[in-house]
Amino acid sequence: MNPNLLQPPAAGSRLLMSGNEAVARAVWDAGTRVAAAYPGTPATEILEYLSLYPDLYAEWSVNEKVSLEVAIGASLAGARGFCAMKHVGLNVAADALMTQTLAGVVGGLVIAVADDVGFSSSQNEQDSRYWGRFAHLPVLEPADSQEAYEMTRAAFALSEQYNTPVLLRLTTRVCHVKCLVSVGERQVVRAADQFTKDPGRWVMVPANAKRHVPEMLARDKALAAAVETSPLNRLEAGSNPRLGFVTSGPAYMHVREAFPDAPVLKLGFSHPVPLGLVRQLADQVEALVVVEETEPLMETEIKAAGIAAHGKDILPAAGELPPHILRRGLAALLGQQPVAADVGQRPALEVFPRPPTMCVACPHLGVYYTLSQLRNVNISGDIGCYTLGAGHPWNALDTCISMGASMGIALGLDKGRGPGDENKKVVAVIGDSTFLHMGMQGLLDIAYNRGNVTVLLLDNRAVGMTGGQENPGSGRDIYGQPAPRVDFAKLVEALGIDKERIHMVDPYQLPVLFKTLREETKRPGPSVIITDRPCVLIDHYQKQQPYEVDEAACTGCGNCVEVGCPAIHVTRRDKAIKPSGKEVELAFVKIETAACTGCDLCVQTCAPKAIRHAVPTFPVSIN
Amino acid sequence: MTASNKVVNILVVGIGGQGVMTASEILSEAAISQGYDVKKTEVAGMSQRGGVVSSHVRFGPRVLSPEIAPGEADILVGFEAAEAMRWCHYLRPEGVAMVNRLNLEPPVVSLGLYPYPADPVGEIRKQGVRLHDFDAGAIARELGDLRLVNTIMMGAIADALPFPAETLKERIVERFRARKPALAETNARAFDLGRAAAH
Repeated sequence: MNPNLLQPPAAGSRLLMSGNEAVARAVWDAGTRVAAAYPGTPATEILEYLSLYPDLYAEWSVNEKVSLEVAIGASLAGARGFCAMKHVGLNVAADALMTQTLAGVVGGLVIAVADDVGFSSSQNEQDSRYWGRFAHLPVLEPADSQEAYEMTRAAFALSEQYNTPVLLRLTTRVCHVKCLVSVGERQVVRAADQFTKDPGRWVMVPANAKRHVPEMLARDKALAAAVETSPLNRLEAGSNPRLGFVTSGPAYMHVREAFPDAPVLKLGFSHPVPLGLVRQLADQVEALVVVEETEPLMETEIKAAGIAAHGKDILPAAGELPPHILRRGLAALLGQQPVAADVGQRPALEVFPRPPTMCVACPHLGVYYTLSQLRNVNISGDIGCYTLGAGHPWNALDTCISMGASMGIALGLDKGRGPGDENKKVVAVIGDSTFLHMGMQGLLDIAYNRGNVTVLLLDNRAVGMTGGQENPGSGRDIYGQPAPRVDFAKLVEALGIDKERIHMVDPYQLPVLFKTLREETKRPGPSVIITDRPCVLIDHYQKQQPYEVDEAACTGCGNCVEVGCPAIHVTRRDKAIKPSGKEVELAFVKIETAACTGCDLCVQTCAPKAIRHAVPTFPVSIN
Repeated sequence: MTASNKVVNILVVGIGGQGVMTASEILSEAAISQGYDVKKTEVAGMSQRGGVVSSHVRFGPRVLSPEIAPGEADILVGFEAAEAMRWCHYLRPEGVAMVNRLNLEPPVVSLGLYPYPADPVGEIRKQGVRLHDFDAGAIARELGDLRLVNTIMMGAIADALPFPAETLKERIVERFRARKPALAETNARAFDLGRAAAH
């Protein structure tokens, strides 16, 4: 099934592993049979690693809700089931979660959810621990890769012991930190022989579901007792009783680093909060400080129990809490001089920003160049590499909220338009994987309700932003094996788009793209333009002979710069007076031939034909 | 440069695609081979897209927080001059910076929205940073492969580490021997040339 299978390192090995690698190894070591996910930073690599292990089924699901449902089904079948997602993925999966918590599990069911504390690659910074409260679930919070390994294994045991799904809350600073991990023996799990039909338990009609509520509330009580003695929670003695810390997740490491002498209640099993242990610590110290990323959940519960504590009154309620931020926050409490800024002895020097850019020759470049040439248009965007179209030089994306939202928002922009927007066209831009994740329903809504929306469906055959993972549009599964490939044109037609209004366009053919887009936006009713060239980072992409600029022929018009390709650099700026007397800015350019892959986009914008084929002299590299 | 009971902090900075994360991974492996505890972290969610990459490597008898705080890096390895400038306040007063003179302009500079600093290395020096700068790209070009910048930079800092330079070199060579044997020898030479360039 999988040609790339790993020979898993032996039990007892000490390995340099990221949190994601450690979770994957632990899922395998826990004897899990089924693992599913939709890619999402910072959790993507968990399933990528799991796809390398033998004797386990791994899949890319179309979205997080489906991944959880697959894991639930596996649990019901009697096997251990696992799914992983980024924080916002759990919003999508929440519908299944909120009822499964009532139904319980057969095989252990673990949901890894990775919060992007610090916004490294996400649209919000929500605290997934709330789901533990909302869904009455135990929450485990590892602080590093070793703990990620141990707690993932413990999570399966807890799930089966307490008949509950378990949330494993990771953060970017666990997922992507590498440290040494000692791995153990793979467990032999005796899974059920077959699915046991039990409608009273698995058919959640009201009469059945409400009978499970008392069971769930009893479980809450059992868990509240379990956290007090769990080996995942420990009270660490300290020589300085001035301050005592209650902390969880990677914040624990920061607390230990910043306050090595302080007593610390280290919570790995952090929900329910072990109030007995908190009281024990509070009795030993002059002041209690709760250090948690990001929301004051434990703090609120500790205070509600009548225990005085500091927390978000002195610490930030957003972002990470590394040692220097902790020291600064606690300076006043310790009677120290407040630290002026979060910098060292030297000031931070001002340097231009370097936001992520689209790749050299990216097929999206042609799309955004074209969109930037359109006037009177409102562009509803979505989540993926193409969100970068909101930036320079295109400035051709006006909204981006959540996965698949470009469709519904476009329809709302159309239906809710005011007099000032009467002549505006509404365009929605969405990628292949995002469309399959949650965009299809929105397009169905556009078709059904006859929205005046032109949809650009950018099919680049990959989940580009997270590193080019496979999806049902790529024609391969997580193992790289051939899989049924969605026919987007047929799918869109089946959703109700008139066949005459569906166009397949090569995004490198700028005149065709421009003409199609202009014509479709002028017509009422919905239409879909599908671009069909692959992501430059995947192996479908074929490099062509690179280009260079004939400096003598370049007139400095700057049109090619508007394409936004990072291989084009301005070498000199100037000003010129046109015959009309108007002053124009000139930008003379060169092409980084070593990086150019010959996509031809800039050539099409060059009126004086100053861009010509070059002979590559060096291996291609950004250096 | 450092007592063996202290945690050593190395900050490797550059741009997505330059091999920053690979370099810090190799540094981590070398430190592990010396018996150190190691933590390595970076924010690189969108690094593949030409954004800023900063990778923190910490090693010592026991490492807690994976993050290097501003003002606490012992060594700054800058794969690009303006990036070295962006992060130089992370150095300790007595810390050292090893900087590749390469200037890579992002599109926002090409578009004329921001200037590229006229003399990034000079700006860092003005802050009183102990700095060595050289053109790693020129050495790579001589060796015939620009991707060698990464190994050249590792060679350049090798003598500032609290363990033998050969340890780091062996890690690099071994890694290539396992994955791309043809490149092992070239990388060994790149390492040596980087090491020589730092003196």
